Amino acid sequence: MLTLRQVRLAWLLVLPTLLAVVLVAGYPLAQVFYWSLFKADIAFVEPPEFVGLENYLFLLKDPDFRQALWNTLKFTLISVSLETVLGLAIALIVHSSFRGRGLVRTAILIPWAIPTVVSAKMWQWMLHDVYGVINVLGVKLGILSQKVAFLARPELILPAIIAVDVWKTTPFMALLLLAGLQLIPEELYEAASIDGASRWQQFWSITLPLLTPALVVALIFRTLDALRVFDVIFVMSGVNPTTRTLAVYNRQTLIDFQDLGYGSALSVAILVIIFVFVVLYMRTLGREALK
Amino acid sequence: MKGALKVVNRLLFYLLVAFVVVYSVFPFYWAVISSFKPSDALFSPDPSFLPLPFTLDHYKNVFLQANFGRNLLNSLVVAGGATLLSLVLGVLSAYALGRLPFPPKNAVLYLVLAMTMFPQIAVLGGLFLLLRGLGLFNTHLGLILSYLLFTLPFTVWVLVGYFKGLPRELEEAAYVDGATPLQTLLKVMLPLTGPGLVTTGLLAFIAAWNEYLFALTFTVGDSVKTVPPAIASFGGATPFEIPWGSIMAASVVVTVPLVVLVLVFQQRIVAGLTAGAVKG
Repeated sequence: MLTLRQVRLAWLLVLPTLLAVVLVAGYPLAQVFYWSLFKADIAFVEPPEFVGLENYLFLLKDPDFRQALWNTLKFTLISVSLETVLGLAIALIVHSSFRGRGLVRTAILIPWAIPTVVSAKMWQWMLHDVYGVINVLGVKLGILSQKVAFLARPELILPAIIAVDVWKTTPFMALLLLAGLQLIPEELYEAASIDGASRWQQFWSITLPLLTPALVVALIFRTLDALRVFDVIFVMSGVNPTTRTLAVYNRQTLIDFQDLGYGSALSVAILVIIFVFVVLYMRTLGREALK
Repeated sequence: MKGALKVVNRLLFYLLVAFVVVYSVFPFYWAVISSFKPSDALFSPDPSFLPLPFTLDHYKNVFLQANFGRNLLNSLVVAGGATLLSLVLGVLSAYALGRLPFPPKNAVLYLVLAMTMFPQIAVLGGLFLLLRGLGLFNTHLGLILSYLLFTLPFTVWVLVGYFKGLPRELEEAAYVDGATPLQTLLKVMLPLTGPGLVTTGLLAFIAAWNEYLFALTFTVGDSVKTVPPAIASFGGATPFEIPWGSIMAASVVVTVPLVVLVLVFQQRIVAGLTAGAVKG
């Protein structure tokens, strides 16, 4: 008797969450799929017109889409690689024991706690072409021969944005990797030392293989996040085509150009691209991690 | 000889540690001291590395000239509302998913998990139409509901883990004493999930406090706009004059509470982040 009552109660308790999922994810997603088959503006000034796959055909030929896709992939590849290497280095440093380790662990969390918009603004100020501290210090220390307009030069703006993203998100990577490091039994290193393995050999034959599962999870997380990057790009360079990512282009199409039909097709394309990455990761790295 | 090498190694290691700390903290430090410098010291080719000379003018400007106080209040209402709502929904469903006999349990969990995979941008158009249709465009409630997209799945996942970890005997003792399942949840189980609630609540609050895309798209004007879009669009008296001092002051005001929260709850946040990530 109790069981039946419990099952009923379980449904009752889950119901509000299910309703919320349908309301904020299911229904909007269905709308996006639906409107991607129409020529329609988001204010419905003109009556919507069914056009089938026309938006998707246009997408395949759209040079702006191609540029945005390329920008997104470049951003993702470079920032995630840098974050992985830096995150691993920082995780290894704060994993070893030294005086003041607790304080250092706290300090590296600070960038993570700062809102992306704020970190973008802070770095914009530090990268200011005349008064920015990076230019001032760079010239003083002789690293820069003269002050550089980091955010105005087309070849420097993406690297500058990537630097901000790396600063902001490396702590997250480091935390996940630190959690992985803490799961590796200390005895393995002791045994390896007795056998005469060098620190470097220990890293390659113990740390890295045993850290792979944590590394895979962190990589998936950061890659999915980087593929949908919006805030840092939009705040630091707006809809500038040299840095415009898929998410920025998508919002511009939907909201600034009011193009519901094509904007929805772009949203579907982003979902497909992200899905492809999830499957790719699961297949290659996931299998490796499960071994 | 060997001893000397050891000392050098140790020294190099501490140098590395110092570099990591400076790299992590310096941008925030620079924002803080910039917010305290008068404009002529701020726009100087040879800036000082201490907040000298010192002024509170930028803070006065932020609160008196701009509608920043209003934006802060909006952020509190929206982030607080989204956190509370996700906690209430999350506790109810996580209890069911973690403790009750419930056949399609995994299906529901995967449905919630699938929600985290959606990039916000992919549902932007649909949510825009929905909020406008419901008359919730440019309202606090509209933003709160849209934030459930990312706060709810996370809350449910972490809380399910907490509920699963509680000992079976407690629940059974409550049943023996004649408590209904709902009473068991509210009187016995809920108090025990306190730490879990604090952790997930904090993480949900931080995520909502920092959110930019939805806040930018679903609000107009300062009456509902939260802090992130307000800071992003902070303007000067003319388009050519960017009020860096005020922007830094505003940045410090929204960031300091977060930094303090993170420092105080550091252990829990790290545990929550890694638990959520490993499960997600």
